[in-house]
Amino acid sequence: MASSARIGIGSPLSRVDGIAKVTGAAKYAAEHRPAGMLYGFAVSSGIAKGRITAIDDRAARAVPGVVEIVTHENRPRTAWLDRSHHDQVGPPGSPLRPFYDDKVMFSGQPVALVLAETFEAARHAAALVEISYEAEAHNTDFDKALAEKFLPAKKRNTFHPPKNRGDAEKAFAAAPLKVDAEYRLATEHHNPMEMHASTVEWHGDGSITVHDKTQGPQNVQAYLSSVFGISAKKIRVLNPYVGGGFGSGLRPQYHVYLTVLAATMLERSVRVVLTRQQMFTHVHRPEAVQTVRLGAEMDGRLTAILNSATTSTSRYENHMEDVVIWGMMNYACPNASGDYTIAPMDTSTSGDMRAPGAATGMALFEIAIDEMAEQAKLDPLAFRLLNYSEEDAMNGTPFTSKALREAFAEGAAAFGWDRRKAGPRTMRDGHELVGWGLATGMWDAMFSKTSASAKLSANGDLEVASALSDIGTGTYTVMTQVAADTLGLPPERITARLGDSDLPAAPVEGGSWGAASVGAAVQVACRAIGEKLLKAASSIEGKPLGSAGIDDVTFDGGRIVLKSDPAIAVEFTEAMRAADLQTIEVEETASAGISGMVSQIRKSRNTHCATFAEVKVDEELGVVRVTRIVCAVAAGRIINPKTARSQILGGVVMGIGMALHEETMMDTKLGRFMNHSLAEYHVPANADIDSIEVIFVDEPDPEVTPLGVKGVGEIGIVGTAAAVANAIYHATGKRVRSLPITIDKLQD
Amino acid sequence: MNRFSYARPTDVAEAVREGSPGDVRYLAGGTNLVDLMKENVERPVRVVDINRLPLHDISDLPDGGLRLGALATNADTAWDARVEERYPLLSSAILAGASPQLRNAATNGGNVNQRTRCYYFYDTATPCNKREPGSGCGAIGGVNRIHAILGASAACIATHPSDMAVALAALDATVQVTGPDGDRAIPFADYHRLPGAEAWQDNNLAPGELVTAIDLPDERFTGHYTYLKLRDRLSYAFALVSVAAALKIEDGRIVEARVALGGVAHKPWRVKTAESVLHGETPSHNAFLAAAHAITEGATGHGDNDFKIGLARKAIVRALRQAADGTPQSQTDKRVA
Repeated sequence: MASSARIGIGSPLSRVDGIAKVTGAAKYAAEHRPAGMLYGFAVSSGIAKGRITAIDDRAARAVPGVVEIVTHENRPRTAWLDRSHHDQVGPPGSPLRPFYDDKVMFSGQPVALVLAETFEAARHAAALVEISYEAEAHNTDFDKALAEKFLPAKKRNTFHPPKNRGDAEKAFAAAPLKVDAEYRLATEHHNPMEMHASTVEWHGDGSITVHDKTQGPQNVQAYLSSVFGISAKKIRVLNPYVGGGFGSGLRPQYHVYLTVLAATMLERSVRVVLTRQQMFTHVHRPEAVQTVRLGAEMDGRLTAILNSATTSTSRYENHMEDVVIWGMMNYACPNASGDYTIAPMDTSTSGDMRAPGAATGMALFEIAIDEMAEQAKLDPLAFRLLNYSEEDAMNGTPFTSKALREAFAEGAAAFGWDRRKAGPRTMRDGHELVGWGLATGMWDAMFSKTSASAKLSANGDLEVASALSDIGTGTYTVMTQVAADTLGLPPERITARLGDSDLPAAPVEGGSWGAASVGAAVQVACRAIGEKLLKAASSIEGKPLGSAGIDDVTFDGGRIVLKSDPAIAVEFTEAMRAADLQTIEVEETASAGISGMVSQIRKSRNTHCATFAEVKVDEELGVVRVTRIVCAVAAGRIINPKTARSQILGGVVMGIGMALHEETMMDTKLGRFMNHSLAEYHVPANADIDSIEVIFVDEPDPEVTPLGVKGVGEIGIVGTAAAVANAIYHATGKRVRSLPITIDKLQD
Repeated sequence: MNRFSYARPTDVAEAVREGSPGDVRYLAGGTNLVDLMKENVERPVRVVDINRLPLHDISDLPDGGLRLGALATNADTAWDARVEERYPLLSSAILAGASPQLRNAATNGGNVNQRTRCYYFYDTATPCNKREPGSGCGAIGGVNRIHAILGASAACIATHPSDMAVALAALDATVQVTGPDGDRAIPFADYHRLPGAEAWQDNNLAPGELVTAIDLPDERFTGHYTYLKLRDRLSYAFALVSVAAALKIEDGRIVEARVALGGVAHKPWRVKTAESVLHGETPSHNAFLAAAHAITEGATGHGDNDFKIGLARKAIVRALRQAADGTPQSQTDKRVA
């Protein structure tokens, strides 16, 4: 009969890949071991800039088991044109081509790859490769790089230039209340738990299978095809399990280039795994400086926003982020201007890291907002409500939805914000100063064209598949739930497949668009299955469903049920038998054209959050404890409150790291990041994390994406760092304008 | 990691024979040595695995003290009932360090012999006199927020990273060693050394010498002690500054004071003449502050770590107050007592 506990969209289904992960059944990129595989170990440059003048690999080659040492001197040919090295999401510029020539562009650049029969031999020999350099003057000092800041003529295609309104300079000059301060964010590295790695299977027929740590198997496939001149049909990239990404796997990283280069050169299977130290030799969140000038009337109404920021990039690519637009979009203010530039340094290219641009630019802006609220003698929440904008204030467009006001209200109630005492150093608990801080978070609600297939077997089992990745966010589970919801099947009858370049086309997993996009694709594919089932049911003798159309039936418990008389139903298996179908297979694509999205292009699509933080700071010593966070999120429809909550928790934890801990420290003399290990690059430990409460406010939004889903992978980090920074000010009266707020910054 | 030969002796004399020639490293818990070997910082030609030696016990000494076997793990030591009861300062200091997993593997001998966490020492692409004598010190003029403010030299500003050793210094422990020339006992204050011009030498062990035990004297400081550790996150980070403080208070006056600092020098930092500033004083902020200044006299920053000078003084004052009040720092409740 009709299944009562329908598990579909909105159910807190435990992640379907959980057991595979905790039992070790889930295999990651470096856990494959094809027959005859060689182990590759990369040698990293010790200088920041210059040329390789000599390579002495005699001692390394003498190590038993060493098969080859690849450098620029003996590498096989790869594509010549820069554009052949571009990938779907890389920035404009000339992408890194490892071993292309003798040029060193950053410290840690791969300059040789040792291949050996054992990992131990490869690693040992790598230490014996003697490389002589002719060093050139480098600059890795961000402050010096600022002298060269610029905005490239060729923009990244996802970049949104700030749109100015009114006359911000004039309004600022006339404003009775002013904030004018410079804010900074240190360089951060993503540090996913799984190191970047590839295992390339050499099949001997010109085809390769690449097990890669990536957030986009088809991006890697296209890149490898272009770089190595191998037909895409002969390259299969697999990444069914990814041990965290945070953006570090959006672009093909150099490990996959090295692995495929070696495999094609030696015609053997090869595995390359980066060390944790080498994880600090590629992508990172750029260092940032942001100058915020705010003007307001005496009553606290904002009259001017001048938001200016510069972030770091390399000398060979122009990585750009949307840093300054968030404050301009979020606040009602008649005059606003933004200015964004990038500053080139002799480092590897910076890149997207969880909420790129917003985590930097919204956080730093929200500290400035806290400063203005204080000047206006307003509670930080009252100040934000006073300057609340119903529409996207920068673009002058309505939002498809914006339940930030509700997030403020529900978050404040859960936190007990109304008991906050105004002014710094007004609350204490023993010898700890207590501070309560608030910040707004904002991120894009994006949708990306995605295809999915669905296959219903004669026994009633369903498989749905798409070439998206699950970087730990719950994509497998979301796909399962949407399929369960659409076809009324129990989740245990459904298998979701992803992380395979052979599957239907999907974008890289990033930007928080995964759930909305693949969810829509799975839904249209399952609907197509439903239509075929209904057609098949007409072959059943006596036509029990009569001439019912798709709108006249529901799918429930593996049956097609007549809406007008739920007693009349047909088993899926019965319909398939009647039509003599062994399987029903479809592939469908969800694009921005479906579900009325095209007509809504003039609307802004964003997620919002209100993050409340409590800190306790030892008055004498400056030891900070973050004792409570409440993060109230307005992100449209939540497919799975359990995995969505996990995403917000992770974002909040990372935001606490941004506020207090994370900083990659550069030795500007050597041009090298120095704290390149998890012992000295600090992310929050268990002791640093106390109570985190996640609230999803009701935000029905049928317009934003086909399922009304906005995505939650990134919004959790955006408000957190500023909420903590503002809480530290409220506790101590000390305004620290550079993140992370380490203990030294809280000394007198 | 280079190739090395490996021996696994079962008695101490055999271990010393194996350990005597050249580039040999004794392997105990391996929590530091193996990491350093993976990064080519340590390149022994021979590794002598001493885990089969009979040095795992913790036993009472006839004079009322306690002997900690060199191979007793940090966890077994910290949670030993005698250590908890008689030397709570030591128990607390051990629990302030590393993580449960590391403490389960790390040994007492290995703990005092662990090497600095200086970024440059760990990175073979950079200069470091400790790793490669004569190559220079990258940290001077480089990234040095975790570096020494006391007792450093022009050759090296590295710090000793141990928490346990700071408590052992305060407790006047003795290190029992054996070696090619027989047994000897080294007072803890003389065990580690300042870098001087010979930065590569962390301690005064002679080549081939092996730590067999650490002896704690009968003086226990169970009433007035604390281990206060300040670091860049609330757990699982090396000390920026740590303080082991122990007091004996009679009739409201301090009759003995011990203060050792971690994270500030190439060895656990103790200044006995500065401790005597407290003798005869009633516990007070001013008395503690005077002691803090005396202990940190001559402290010098190198840029990034300038803040440590003031922080060390504040930490000493706070630790002495915790000790005097009988409210030692908890290592699980991260609120500073």
